[in-house]
Amino acid sequence: MKILVGYKRVVDYNVRIQVQPDSSGVVTDGVKLAPNPFDEIALEEALRLREQGLANEVIVAAIGPANMQSHLRNGLAMGADRAIHVSTEQAVQPLTVARILLKLVAQEQPGLVILGKQAIDDDSSQTGQMLAALWDRPQATFASQLSIADGKATVVREVDAGLETLEVDLPAVITTDLRLNEPRFIKLPNIMKAKSKPIDTIELSSLGVESGDHLQAIRYHPPQARQKGVMVKDVAELVEALKAKGLL
Amino acid sequence: MSKILIIAEHLNGHLNPATGKCVSCATAIGGEIHVLVLGNAPDAPAAEAAKLAGVTKIISVARSENEHALAAVFAPQIVALAAGYSHLLTPSSTFGKDLLPRVAALLGVAQISDIMAVDGPYTFQRPIYAGNALVTIEAPPEQTVLGTVRTASWPGAASGSSAASIESASPEITLPSHTRFINLQQGKSDRPDLQSAAKVVSGGRALGSAENFKLIYQFADALGAGVGASRAAVDAGYVPNEMQVGQTGKIIAPELYIAIGISGAIQHLTGIKDAGTIVAINKDPEAPIFEVADFGLVGDLFKIVPELTAAVC
Ligand SMILES: Cc1cc2nc3c(=O)[nH]c(=O)nc-3n(C[C@H](O)[C@H](O)[C@H](O)COP(=O)(O)OP(=O)(O)OC[C@H]3O[C@@H](n4cnc5c(N)ncnc54)[C@H](O)[C@@H]3O)c2cc1C
Ligand SMILES: Cc1cc2nc3c(=O)[nH]c(=O)nc-3n(C[C@H](O)[C@H](O)[C@H](O)COP(=O)(O)OP(=O)(O)OC[C@H]3O[C@@H](n4cnc5c(N)ncnc54)[C@H](O)[C@@H]3O)c2cc1C
Repeated sequence: MKILVGYKRVVDYNVRIQVQPDSSGVVTDGVKLAPNPFDEIALEEALRLREQGLANEVIVAAIGPANMQSHLRNGLAMGADRAIHVSTEQAVQPLTVARILLKLVAQEQPGLVILGKQAIDDDSSQTGQMLAALWDRPQATFASQLSIADGKATVVREVDAGLETLEVDLPAVITTDLRLNEPRFIKLPNIMKAKSKPIDTIELSSLGVESGDHLQAIRYHPPQARQKGVMVKDVAELVEALKAKGLL
Repeated sequence: MSKILIIAEHLNGHLNPATGKCVSCATAIGGEIHVLVLGNAPDAPAAEAAKLAGVTKIISVARSENEHALAAVFAPQIVALAAGYSHLLTPSSTFGKDLLPRVAALLGVAQISDIMAVDGPYTFQRPIYAGNALVTIEAPPEQTVLGTVRTASWPGAASGSSAASIESASPEITLPSHTRFINLQQGKSDRPDLQSAAKVVSGGRALGSAENFKLIYQFADALGAGVGASRAAVDAGYVPNEMQVGQTGKIIAPELYIAIGISGAIQHLTGIKDAGTIVAINKDPEAPIFEVADFGLVGDLFKIVPELTAAVC
């Protein structure tokens, strides 16, 4: 079984993002970029399935600009067998990403697709569900546990009410939650090895994907900042303050 | 004029309050508001939905396959009933986040996630980058607008006086059997629900163990508050996942939020931006949580929390 993993490059989660003074976007020039944390978890899960003998090939796929080679090398150094880079200089919205991934699915015929539950830049949480719909296959989102046997996946999902377990027939789309696993660190020798692994670059325009970029961002703005409050010296003062506000 | 269909979220025969928040968002969009209730026994939640102010019609679909909210099962039924609607809304809970993108892809339209404000029937504000930036989005008027509603940004619709008509529908479609519900492990708790509680007390990594977390529960019970936690506390196994507050947990807006032994990482703060009053208790005077706290108290939680519990009892 092949596993296809979404491997998006995003602004590192430690970066405090700023809105451009002219409201045209957020400042991304010179900020640290990193793999989407949920996609590292997706890749880790795929690698573990391969190590258990349940998969024989792990492919990472990223859609984005030409300068993503080193990002993809990261995924290869972590352990993916090969990478597919769908190259485009334009930002693509989730429906378009899902349509692109569907093309890759048709080409690669994976038994499992693992994506992040959300990308931490746009926080859309849509792509996996959209891909599953277009592919007409099951989805199991927000996974915190995954086991595979007899052509089926059993997935524990983190839902608002608690933990839900689903059983889905393969092929299927799984999206990862934070507690699925802890991604491994990349070892130095593997960085060397990754240099000889293949990256297949495909121009987005050559895939014949109908754009699903229907939404238009018209303005970006900073959120209303909370005012820094006051420090109280002890419990008695805190209780007084809350009583004065009618909260106790 | 807009015609809006809200997909109801319900569990164990009860309508989730998030549905009422979608009604408030729909009211801001303006137009006729209908609610779709899919279930194996949808009558009780349908009757609750019929009482929400502003709703004029309930469409109820009873079908054994609808016993559990499976996106692959619900989505084709919603698509079959979506004709004629200008907007489809769900709460941006795990239910809505799982379901609505599947509907969007089948309809071939985009989805707007986490609507926090409505500037017009096709213009919406939503948070990105863990809420560190907001973006105003315009959707094309010629397409159905699909949106999940960020519940912390909206009040619940009033319930009681009105009574919308309830119609049943039975779209003739075969549903997939490739996705099967096995079980739901629900934390049992008599405490106020984290997402709708007026007061919430949260504990972080500093608690150190599940045993020590009892301090948080005791204080919360004295206050009549719901209980939340940071990701670090959940990861360490002190409390179950459904208690996580933040970017990847629950986004909440209580009147009072008390963060105890929580440093205030951006991802945690995302979950509490809309809280009325934030109180922080932390032994480190430099902890970032104090930047957003209305009241801060520096000190050892193991000393402060029992004192507080005694003071509010
Ligand atoms: C109106 C609008 C305007 C935008 N304008 C800009 C802009 O000007 N500049 C800009 O940089 N961004 C822009 N974006 C954001 C960018 O296009 C988002 O990356 C896109 O919307 C996808 O959302 P997401 O990554 O949050 O998807 P999610 O659904 O949250 O992603 C879930 C998972 O899907 C997979 N995935 C998603 N995208 C990729 C990818 N590219 N490669 C591989 N796997 C992927 C990953 O596994 C990921 O974990 C805009 C978005 C919108 C809606
Ligand atoms: C993609 C991603 C998503 C994330 N999503 C979330 C999310 O949804 N929610 C979330 O919470 N986090 C999330 N995180 C994690 C977040 O970055 C922080 O790691 C986490 O919030 C830290 O939890 P904490 O404050 O309990 O622990 P710490 O940061 O370790 O803070 C513990 C605090 O306790 C204080 N302390 C220690 N002992 C005492 C004492 N005796 N008395 C008083 N104070 C004491 C310390 O001074 C410290 O400030 C996410 C991270 C990533 C990368």
